[in-house]
Amino acid sequence: MIAITLNGATVSINAAPDTPLLWVLRGELHLHGTKFGCGIGSCGACTVHLDGVPVRACVTPLSAVGARVVTTIEGLHGPEADRLVAAWTHVDVVQCGYCQPGQLMSACALLRATPQPNDAEIDRAMSGNLCRCGAYSRIRAAIHRAAVPAPSAD
Amino acid sequence: MNRRTFVIRTVAAAGALGIGWSLLPPRGRLGDRDTLPAKPGEAALNGWVRIGTDNHVTVIMSKSEMGQGIHTTLAMLLADELDADWSQVRTEMSPQRAIYNNIATVVDGLPFHPDDDGLIRRTAEWMTAKVIRDSGLMLTGGSSSTKDLWLPMRQAGASARAMLVRAAADAWQVPAADITVAKGVVQHASGRRATFGELIAAAALLPVPGDAPLKTAAQFQLIGTPMRRIENATKLAGTATFGIDVALPGMRYASVVMCPTLGGTVQSFDAGAATAMPGVLHVVQVDGYHGGTAGVAVVADTPWHAMMAVNAVKVTWNHGAMADLSSAQEIDRLAKVLDTADGHAYYSHGDVDMALQSAATRIEAEYRAPYLAHAAMEPINCTVQFANGRATVWASTQVPGLARRAAARALGISDGDVDVQVQFLGGGFGRRLVVDFVGQAAAIAKVANGAPVQVIWSREQDLRHDFYRPACVARFTAGIDDAGRLLAWRNTSAGQALLPPILRRLFDLPGIPLDKTTSEGAFDQAYEYPAARIAHETVPLPVPVGFWRAVGHSHQAFFTESFIDEVAHMARQDPVAFRLALLTKHPRHARVLQRVAALSGWGTPMEPLSDGSRTGRGVALHSSFGSVVAQVAEVRVDAAHVLHVTRVVCVIDCGFPVNPNMIRQQVEGGIVFGLSAALHGEITIEKGQVQQGNFNDYQAVRMAGTPVIEVEIIPSTEHPEGVGEPPLPPIAPAVANAIFAATNQRLRPLPLRLARIESTA
Repeated sequence: MIAITLNGATVSINAAPDTPLLWVLRGELHLHGTKFGCGIGSCGACTVHLDGVPVRACVTPLSAVGARVVTTIEGLHGPEADRLVAAWTHVDVVQCGYCQPGQLMSACALLRATPQPNDAEIDRAMSGNLCRCGAYSRIRAAIHRAAVPAPSAD
Repeated sequence: MNRRTFVIRTVAAAGALGIGWSLLPPRGRLGDRDTLPAKPGEAALNGWVRIGTDNHVTVIMSKSEMGQGIHTTLAMLLADELDADWSQVRTEMSPQRAIYNNIATVVDGLPFHPDDDGLIRRTAEWMTAKVIRDSGLMLTGGSSSTKDLWLPMRQAGASARAMLVRAAADAWQVPAADITVAKGVVQHASGRRATFGELIAAAALLPVPGDAPLKTAAQFQLIGTPMRRIENATKLAGTATFGIDVALPGMRYASVVMCPTLGGTVQSFDAGAATAMPGVLHVVQVDGYHGGTAGVAVVADTPWHAMMAVNAVKVTWNHGAMADLSSAQEIDRLAKVLDTADGHAYYSHGDVDMALQSAATRIEAEYRAPYLAHAAMEPINCTVQFANGRATVWASTQVPGLARRAAARALGISDGDVDVQVQFLGGGFGRRLVVDFVGQAAAIAKVANGAPVQVIWSREQDLRHDFYRPACVARFTAGIDDAGRLLAWRNTSAGQALLPPILRRLFDLPGIPLDKTTSEGAFDQAYEYPAARIAHETVPLPVPVGFWRAVGHSHQAFFTESFIDEVAHMARQDPVAFRLALLTKHPRHARVLQRVAALSGWGTPMEPLSDGSRTGRGVALHSSFGSVVAQVAEVRVDAAHVLHVTRVVCVIDCGFPVNPNMIRQQVEGGIVFGLSAALHGEITIEKGQVQQGNFNDYQAVRMAGTPVIEVEIIPSTEHPEGVGEPPLPPIAPAVANAIFAATNQRLRPLPLRLARIESTA
């Protein structure tokens, strides 16, 4: 048994240490918000946070998690997450939606590190998240909308 | 064979698919309260809507939601005529019944030129609609959903509203004409009011009216407004159930490895090592279904155990008939075919040979398009439970009717013993119109002793066992006179047909003689050529091919709209003006083209760049699936010869815009999907094996490569037309034409790869 901290709780997992975190989440814990897309860390559909840092769960073995806190879309909370979901809804980003949990995970990590990202910073932070429906321009608009408003000049 | 013979044969073939020729009555698509299974606390008013005593309105969805927003749009159609409040509306997938069959897409498949409005066309369309209504299939594809259900969903809403009003009138002893309905509340001038939930029990006992009046456009509350996606909340929370998210008690997981050579089979396999691995329950050989390739599957307790173990199965393959197939050689062969073949003329007008002989200048060119994979984000998967002679299929599919048939055949049971539960699709793009994976999953589930089995393909299996967009080669000859006017246009393309093998596999039909999808986008455009012959030569090849977003239009638009640009430049004319001169009798097309020129700043110089970049604009106009789309792309080729597509302006006329927000989404998405193909998309095959396996070698556009996209929707009161596919075809030629404007390089094969031109040092 391997214990990890997941979405605020300690979870014991009966899986081989080399099992990718993605398949622990989906296959063992039935948390289906984290998606399988490529298996090689190339599409970002499986993006989760380890201590707040976005990683690809499909290429992260269970044994590599260690003491780091795992956050999935099911456990994504806080002001940045709330603003992102509100912005995603307002802009109406979603098409098929399969990649969107991963997009939100990457965007949330971006906003927490860079509250007012410019386009180049968005490009960098989101480059690992593929969207075959092509929602990119709306994702960009939603991130800008969710960014902390600039302090007023007075 | 002439067109008339073809139409008659097609209609006869369509009839042969079915169970009967009888026409449903005029209100046949409305259904009645028995169409839907009963639910406690709810009652159906027809086949499209149930209302609960808790006041929820459940709108029944016969189309698969794969990102195109159709659930939102269909719910809008019904809710508006019902005068429901949008907040009380939710959606639910329909069962499989004849009223849910897709009529529009089959009618659209008939090979008529858009200008042909003769008796033969109208008769063929009417006969086809009649046959398909009874014998057709539930199908989401061909950009047909809104046009298919524009009237039925509204009629269902209006009929349900009339029943609620009648129930209120009876209860209150007042004339129905004095009752109004707004935002889910039924009201009388006396002040009496009731919610739908309060009236549903009585309303459900009334006869279903088939002639309830529909709203005029001026009365619409929801229709025509930019509504947000109805399923946003679950998709953002990660709780929406895609096919791959189906979870059932006792479920097993299967992973498959198919013969790397397309069409190959299993000679033998050694499951020893795999069987000894953790969680492995069964190792089973599976045939190829519906054009798919045979392989071996491992069933295990978890998906990861299945994936690990399938790699440990040692398989000896029979590589089969495609063992020596090379896509490069096949595409060369298509070109060689055009040395001698004339093809079947889908459109012929005037004396092309004579016109070409009299031309001052003749222009010739050859264009090529490669095979393409769909690469939807959700890898192919399917869940099947087979117990007590009955099967349930949970799948992301565009064709539940065909999925049912595929499972039934694989299990040796009748169609009626299979239930298909359609889940959200993590992208479809046409891949999920093929049911190879359903037959495969059913065959695997057969060994699981009644347990549900979820089969999940790896991304590599998904890309290497797709049904690819057919490769195609086209040759053009055009003639212009001294004044630069077009005199004649000859276009012959060669490639595989995709419909005949699909019809053969699914319906045991000997195959249709012609396949419109091969030439669509070439023969059916609006240009008023003084003389033209537009033909396609079908070349049988064994590569599995299928419907890829926009189908024939996806490459034919690139060919035609690039070549017309070449001719315009050769004629020393502005590409927009040159096209407009060929559209004098097509004001709808001309208007779209003029609008995109105006919005994009066509004809004005682009801002000069000081960094050695070269810039250019390109235009393309294309009509498909009933809609007309024009795009202007702006590109920048930087000093390192790297291409950047910086801006795309798009104008679409898709008839009445039912949900402008979803239309914009589809335009934006279609442009990005088409751009991925134009810049990166290429599936190559060597020794019968697809060379690309994942997103690292089958690239797609990402955030940084996405241009600024500006969209204008032409206001229209015409019947709604297709939206999911029409925005895609113009992007490749618009970009190619922009590259020419920027660099003088005419790129004729796809994908568009810049040659390193002269040094700028």
